[in-house]
Amino acid sequence: MIVGQQKPLEEIWGMIKDYKKVLVFGCNTCVAVCHQGGNKEAEILASMLKMKASQEGIAIEITNSGIERQCEHEFFEQAETIIQKADAILSTACGIGVQFMAEKYPKPIYPGLNTTFLGAVEQLGVYTERCQACGQCILGQTAGICPIARCAKRVMNGPCGGSTKGKCEINKEVDCAWQLIVDRLALLGRMDDYEKLAPIKDWSSDRAGGPRKLVREDMLNE
Amino acid sequence: MSNSTTPSKLQKILAAGHLGVTSECGPPRGSDPQAVIEKAELIKDYVDAVNITDNQTSVCRMCSLAACIRLKTLGVEPVLQMVTRDRNRIALQSDILGAASWDINNILCLSGDHQSFGDHAAGQNVHDLDSMQLIQTVRMMRDQGKFLGGDDIKRPPQMFVGAAANPFADPYEIRVARLAKKIAAGAEFIQTQCIYNLDKFEDWMKKVVDRGLHEKTYIMAGMTPMKSAGMARYMKNRVPGMDVPEDVVKRLADTPKDKQADEGIKICIEAIQRLKEVKGLSGFHIMAIEWEEKVPEIVKATGLYPRPQV
Repeated sequence: MIVGQQKPLEEIWGMIKDYKKVLVFGCNTCVAVCHQGGNKEAEILASMLKMKASQEGIAIEITNSGIERQCEHEFFEQAETIIQKADAILSTACGIGVQFMAEKYPKPIYPGLNTTFLGAVEQLGVYTERCQACGQCILGQTAGICPIARCAKRVMNGPCGGSTKGKCEINKEVDCAWQLIVDRLALLGRMDDYEKLAPIKDWSSDRAGGPRKLVREDMLNE
Repeated sequence: MSNSTTPSKLQKILAAGHLGVTSECGPPRGSDPQAVIEKAELIKDYVDAVNITDNQTSVCRMCSLAACIRLKTLGVEPVLQMVTRDRNRIALQSDILGAASWDINNILCLSGDHQSFGDHAAGQNVHDLDSMQLIQTVRMMRDQGKFLGGDDIKRPPQMFVGAAANPFADPYEIRVARLAKKIAAGAEFIQTQCIYNLDKFEDWMKKVVDRGLHEKTYIMAGMTPMKSAGMARYMKNRVPGMDVPEDVVKRLADTPKDKQADEGIKICIEAIQRLKEVKGLSGFHIMAIEWEEKVPEIVKATGLYPRPQV
């Protein structure tokens, strides 16, 4: 899922303080799972902004609402009226939701979150990056652990010389992705695979190839 | 061994069966070439080639290529260190050609320290290739005369291709396999991480020899003299992938402060003397970090001087 983190209140305040009617608009899927941008969090953020407005003595009408997903047209229908009434929207969706709304509505749309990464819920309150959406999955060669997302240097034939006691050189809290890969290869009895050289990667399916697009022709006529 | 013959003096010395000696020089944090010239003058008669580091520890410095050219003009053979952290495959290949145009004949392929250690921690890294893929790239450019993209290169580079190995990083069980992998990628010489844990290094070398890898690449042992007990503690505790045994720290700490530097040189000399006997080792890479004036003393004391003429 997409993990996000709410921006500092001061930064948000700086973006919206000059508007009269601001809608804080939640997205109730990915960013709700990490308790940062769901409809409940939008409600909490709206009340914090109301308090801030009253402390600063500024009259802003702050409302809140939300939908299930800000990255799909069909969910917006139920919120049309409230969106139309606002003169600025603070979206607490990931960057995709914010951009999708900006494309859809000719009014100021601001991000309430910093979109952080594609992650897993390790436990409630702990989210970890697992994928960089490079567009060419190599998990089959790396025992199901992604060195592109989980190695600080993205080395594909690692580990680098900085791996110490299973941890990455950048931080003792970070697992060395290649230690994990080697451990898992050993567990699977596939250590011979370690010596296979990973070919030079084609990054054209990554961001290097420009914005990506997936078209399913078979679904277009439905 | 790879049967390549490049104009590299370092390669000729190693191929002739001599123990090779290299050293390194970190370029200055400015554009004044004097620092490179002075370091080179200090060590040039005592080593076969001098590595120029590439923005080591991710601190921005004069580029390795320019400093290598400076060495070349002084009659010193450079080893161009190149990290994949800061450049994509176009820039890497372009710099390799630039170096080749100055007849720089040695390259050391590295991934580089993570930028979070340096003075530009907020910077983006690249890592389009990793170190093994850079080795493959240089070999392809040299041996096939081709760019990675497949086009022909006019006057391909003639480089003796090196890589680093850290016998002390984890997981230890794949350290020899990792060397084999670098050799398979095309590494013709290896310079190791600084060695302080001699027992562990000898164990690694034994496994290397058991696999016959010493017959496929030249292995040069990395040596860095310690200046003080403080430096030893710092390397032990703070430098990733470094193995400094407690008795080395203690030996320095038990020495009066004003004698610790001398003791550090002594430890280094003793280590080289011992490692000279290790089967499969082809030479020494003496990294006297900002202490280049000590290299002649170490080389002389260990019987590695005068350097052979080839």
